Order: sequence, then C-alpha cells, then structure tokens
Amino acid sequence: MGAGHAHRLYRHGHSPVHALPPHTKLAAVLAFVVVVVSTPREAMWAFAAYAGLLALVAYAARVPPGFLLRRLLIEVPFVAFAALLPFVARGERVDVLGLSLSVDGLWGAWNVLAKGTLGVAASVLLAATTELREVLLGLQRLRLPPLLVQIASFMVRYGDVVTDEMRRMRIARESRGFEARGVRHWGVLAKSAGALFIRSYERGERVHLAMVSRGYAGSMPVIDEVTASRAQWCRALALPSAAFVVCLLGWTV
Amino acid sequence: MHAPDGFIDVPVSAAAGVLAAGAIAVSLRGARRELDERTAPLAGLVAAFVFAAQMLNFPVAGGTSGHLLGGALAAILVGPYTGILCVSVVLLMQAVLFADGGLTALGVNITTMAITTAVVAYPLFRGLVTVLPRTRRSVTVASFVAALVSVPASAVVFTLLYAIGGTTDVSIGKVAAAMVGVHLLIGLGEAVITALTVGAVVAVRPDLVHGARGLRPKLKLRVDGELVDAPDAPEPAPAPARSRRKVWVTGLVTSLVLAGFVSFYASADPDGLEKVAGDHGIDKKAEEHTIADSPLADYGVKDVDNARLSGALAGVTGVGVTVVAGTAVFWVVVRGRRTDRDADTTTHDDSNV
Amino acid sequence: MSTASLAVAGLAFAYPDGHQALFGVDFTVARGERVALLGPNGAGKTTLVLHLNGILTGGTGTVTVAGLEVGKRHMAEIRRRVGIVFQDPDDQLFMPTVREDVAFGPAAAGIKGAELEERVDRALGLVGMAEFKDRPPHHLSFGQRRRVAVATVLAMEPEILVLDEPSSNLDPASRRELADILRSLDVTVLMVTHDLPYALELCPRSLILSDGVIAADGGTADLLADAALMRAHRLELPYGFDPRSVPAAPGRS
Repeated sequence: MGAGHAHRLYRHGHSPVHALPPHTKLAAVLAFVVVVVSTPREAMWAFAAYAGLLALVAYAARVPPGFLLRRLLIEVPFVAFAALLPFVARGERVDVLGLSLSVDGLWGAWNVLAKGTLGVAASVLLAATTELREVLLGLQRLRLPPLLVQIASFMVRYGDVVTDEMRRMRIARESRGFEARGVRHWGVLAKSAGALFIRSYERGERVHLAMVSRGYAGSMPVIDEVTASRAQWCRALALPSAAFVVCLLGWTV
Repeated sequence: MHAPDGFIDVPVSAAAGVLAAGAIAVSLRGARRELDERTAPLAGLVAAFVFAAQMLNFPVAGGTSGHLLGGALAAILVGPYTGILCVSVVLLMQAVLFADGGLTALGVNITTMAITTAVVAYPLFRGLVTVLPRTRRSVTVASFVAALVSVPASAVVFTLLYAIGGTTDVSIGKVAAAMVGVHLLIGLGEAVITALTVGAVVAVRPDLVHGARGLRPKLKLRVDGELVDAPDAPEPAPAPARSRRKVWVTGLVTSLVLAGFVSFYASADPDGLEKVAGDHGIDKKAEEHTIADSPLADYGVKDVDNARLSGALAGVTGVGVTVVAGTAVFWVVVRGRRTDRDADTTTHDDSNV
Repeated sequence: MSTASLAVAGLAFAYPDGHQALFGVDFTVARGERVALLGPNGAGKTTLVLHLNGILTGGTGTVTVAGLEVGKRHMAEIRRRVGIVFQDPDDQLFMPTVREDVAFGPAAAGIKGAELEERVDRALGLVGMAEFKDRPPHHLSFGQRRRVAVATVLAMEPEILVLDEPSSNLDPASRRELADILRSLDVTVLMVTHDLPYALELCPRSLILSDGVIAADGGTADLLADAALMRAHRLELPYGFDPRSVPAAPGRS
C-alpha cells in the first residue's frame, strides 16, 4: 500500500536520458512495460535481458544502482503476496527443502516478481530522469484529456501545500501532547482530515478566482509546446524495440 | 492494493484499461456538470487532498496501520464524477512518479480503487440519506456504511479481475476470503475515518458536502414562544419524494432480510457458501474455517474470528451490492417516468438521485 | 489625464444569502495615482475588490476602468486591465513554474512565442526575480512568492494594479523590498490594507471604507492624524507610531 511516498524521486542531471523529450520517454516506458508483461514467464533468460537493458539505461542516465534499488522497495507488499503463491496455488506440487510447493504457484510468484520488478524499475528510471513538470507536458502531448492534465497539474502544484498544512496540523496536535496510538484516536485524525478538506476546497475556490482574474475561461492557455525530433524518438524507442526483439525470441525459442 | 505489472494478464488489463478510460470520459462530462468551469482547480485541490489523506495512517489492531483510500470520501464530498477523476489522477501520478502500481495495471487499479468505490459508495450513501431522518447524524451514518461497503466491494472487484485474468491458478475462494477479509478490516478503519471526516465537514460547511445538498435545514417559525417547522410550501413535489423514500425503504429492508438469510446460511454451512461463491465468482466470506489452515491466516484475517460477525459483515457487503443494483434499476425507472411526466407538465424540477 | 484609471459610482451589492456588503460606493482614481483603501475587517473591502474586475456583478452602480464599463461585454479586456494581487500568493501562483505562472495571463490573452517570453522577462525583471524563472513557486520564500505574484499581474500590463493586503506576513526586509518595487512601477495602484504605516509610506491619498461606504477620502497623513476619525472606523496605528513624525509619501512627479 503506497504509504510514505517520499517526494523528490527526480535526480537532477544532464545525461542523454534526461535530455529526451518527456513524451518520448513516457511512450517508451509504456511500450517497454507492455512488452515485458506480454513475455511468456517460462523464458527466464528474456527477463534477464530486460534487466540488462534497464541497467544500460540507468548507466546512460547516471542513476546510481543504490538509488534504483532503494526505490524498488515500494514493491514489498507484493513480494509478500508473491511469496505466498507457491503455498496456496493448486495443481502439481514439488517438495523443496521439505515444503510442499505448487509448481504453478512457483511460476506465478516468479511471474509477478519478475514483471512487477521490471515495471517498477522502468517507472523509477522515468521518474528519476524526468521532472514533474515535464511529465505533465508529456502526458499532455500524448493526448491525455486536457482537463485531466489540468487536474493533475493542480494536484502536483498543491500536493506540497496541502501536505504542508497536514504536517502543520500534526505538529499542532503533537505539541498538545497528542499521539495517534489506537482506535480511540481515529476521531482526532478524522477531524484533521475534515479540516484539511475544507482548507483544500476553499483554496480551490480562491485559486479559481485568481485564475479568472487573469483571463481563464475554462481552458489552459498553451505556453509550452514540447516537440521531439525523429532522432529523439528513435533514441527513446530503442529500449522498447530491443525489448520487443527479446520478447519475440522468448515466444519462438 | 496497487497492483503491479504482471499481476493480471494482458487481455484483462487491457479490458480494464478500456473500462477505466470509458468511465473517465463519462466522469469528465459529469464533473463539468458538478463543478462547471471550476472543475480543474477544485478537482485538482481535492486530488491533492486525497493524496495527502492517503498519508494519514491510522493504527489498526496488532501494531499494524492502514491508510485511507479515499474513494468513498471523495465521492461523498465532491460527487461521484469528480471523485472518480480525483482518485484516478492520484493513481496515475502514483504510477508515473512513485512507481506505485504498474503502468499496465493502471486500468485495473482505476477500476478497483476509483470507479468501484465511487459507484458503490455514492448511490448507497444517497439511498441511506434519503431513507434516514433528515439530520446530520444520518449523513455521518450513511457515509460510514458507504465507506465500509466500498472497500470490500473494491476487493471483490479485484478478486473478480484476478479470477478472470490472474496469472496463477489459485483457489479463487481463498483469494476472495483473504482479500475481502483483510479489506473488511481496512474498510472498518476507512468507514470510521470517512464518517468522522464527513461529519466534521458537515458540521462546519454543510454546503461543501456534495452528497448532502438536499439536506437543507427546515425553516423555523416562532409560534407562541415555541419553534415550529415552517410548512414546506416551496417544496415543488412532495409526493414523488415520499414515494421514492418508500421504495428505498422497501429495497433496503428486502436486502437486509436477504443478507441475513445468506449470512445465516453461511455460518451454518460454510462449504455451501464456498460453492455458491465458486458458481458466481463472488465470495464475501471471511470464514475462519477456510483460512485457518492456510498461510493467509497470518495476513490478519484471524482478527475477525467470530464466524457470526464475519458473516454479518459479509451480509453488509451484500446489502451494498444489492442496493447498488437496485438503485440502478430504480434510477432507470424514475428517469423513464420523469420523461413521461415532463411531457405532460413541466413544473417538476426535483433533485436527481 | 482626462479619463480616470478607475471610477466607481453608486456601487451597492448584496450576496445571494441576503447579506449586503456595499451600500453605494463612490470614488475615482486618476491615472498614475497610488491610493490606499483602508477599512476595518468586514467593511466590504474584498467585496469591492472583486467588483473591480467583474468577478462579482449584479448589484447597482457602475465600475469604469479607463473609460470602459465593467460588464459582460468587455470582460476579457477588463480582466487584462485590472491586475489583482491576492492576499495569499499560494492562491495566485497555481502553475508548476514561475515562468509559466507569469506567462499565464498574457497567454490567456493570446500572446505567444517571443513576445510572451519578453513579457515574462520584463515582468520578472521589474520585481527582481529574473533568476528564479524556472523554479517551482513552492520552493520560494514567502516574500519572493509575493513578488512573483506581483509579476504575474504586471505581465498583463494592467491599467491599474490592485493589491489585497500586500504587506501581510512579510518580514521587514521583504516589506521594504516590495515597497521599493511598488514605488518604481509606473502604474496606477490601489492598495487594500490595514497596515497604516505602509499606506502612509506608499500612498499620498487614502480612502476609508466603512460599513459599505467611503467614509473619508483625503491625504493619507491627514487622515491618519485625525484620531477621532480613525477611532470611529476601528483603525488603529501601531503602538508608538506617530504619522506626523514621518515624511508623507511623495506624490508622483
């Protein structure tokens, strides 16, 4: 469960990966993940090849392995789930170190772990080399509905402000000797959430006023156009293309 | 419950993606109706709120803690369409920026966590608000039930998706038992926090609770020193409102009876229910019997070890599903009737469900 | 100058809930003037400000900006001419970067490309924030955010700059910097505030809004020195501050 979202996934840098236009990177990551997910789980070597491809990208982006590995921790709840699969799945069973494990469950666990990890790693690399702002521009360029992009950009802009208000309320609670220890304290937490909602909503209304005052009439003015050259597209799509070749081999070999 | 890549197979992920895209398209139009051109800033701020509220960890039994999902909360506070948009945007940003939930699983995640919660919680909430006495406490109670049902419902939908497109052959009964069992507990926390949050908002800014807009206090008259309700003359059509209320009450009572029957049946013959669940693909049971001998017992389901209690909780989920289905039918009927009526007279303009 | 920058005549307004905030407001501000609008809490200051660019309408009376009457017909033009700087810069700065925020208003008015960029640079230069162009607003200090908020409005090259409590929450240095910026600008300024020394420092003329009408109109120093008038409208000078002991704000040459 996505608790404790650490902010600042982005690592500032000037690598060739950083320099690619955001929509090409988004498209590349999406295509890559689709290819990975469509690979048959029996082709174990293919997943090793994908990991190798990602390692190359990480090297080119100068993202240190430690950073990447730490970010993979977000997957832990599903690792726990995957670890359970060999025990609960049905079908043919094998004995490993005295434990009776389901063959299908073992494959399933491998499948979830391999594909999930590769997906997370690809997203982490994207987030590490692309600024928030650029991600939004990229989504816009990829024809996500404009209203959705606007909502997302307001969320990004005010995420910190709202989280800060939340933090201030927590400090205020704790300064008065309150600490959420059990069910009895849910009420206090909920009151904070209620207050936070009212503050967020009222801020939304004030922001709307400020926007209207500067000529907003329902659609965002276009300020930045991101464009990508053919060469940039080629560079970005090198990753999913290579993966696609691996995937085809995985199905045929 | 953020599913990663590779958890659900490609065809089902794609289908869920199409479903999610369709629901978002509908919501984009619906949200414009709910908020007009204030949609972007307000929905964005509410998304930021949901995002922040998800960091609100509440302690659950046994040293673990859950965090708010916020789907029901958002739907009740800002309306179902805007709610779906907000939670979807949060999920999108979590997938892209925090690698929380796979990109190919985005459709699945939006379907279970944004769409299901809103579609289940909102009609249930509206139904209860219509049936219960018109007080603030009713709003709190209704949000409690709506949120309580929304989380296991989301788990049920997830299980369904897993049953169709899961990449491992696991007994669906077990997955359902584990998912729904765990999520009943989470749902309880979600319900308390949602109800108290909505309660806190209703107390301060009742106008901000979208789901309680019809709940304007009655005007009072001072007659011989005592406060008396003013006659609600401006109410355009009291008759249809009452009949709607009757339908809601009937529906709820029927569902409760049904649910009670099913729960009784469940505690009497758990294997029977498992069979039912197997036939229908839905298993709303957190039964000690099935889980005690499986490692999933460590997952925390053992906290609901009272068979009757878990049966009752499953019953509540059943009521929720029934009410949703009932609402859908009822809504279609009312719409049809209203179109007829509008053809005759154009005086009626009562609020939508 | 023949036409006044701002002319308000007989403005009365009641909110939909029946609460009446303005009871016939009359005043004019000549081009190039700097005027302070003083008044206690609840006097209707914010309501008045929201009438100046047509966010609130529907009462009686007229608001005219440089000869153009505020109304549905010229709304876009009015909103370009009247630049409102709201009290909380976080409400005003809603875009992901400083640059885009400053560009928002002109872009909404249809300006693009090099001209847009030039506007942004000029506005940021005027408030001394040019080097923060690509920063996200929430990483700036409060004083810096207030200056960027002023720039967002200046980029629209408004006829009149309306500031709502410009000095609130500023430390003394930021306060002085903002005063220097406002003095250096060549636009008409209407400053809504209860910071009386700040009004005295910046505005040769003041209006007192009380109970929904203009209760007094005159030289700032004269008004502040009139103890009975001040008391009658719940306006208080800071402890130990004597308006007669400081030089009054110089008028425009």
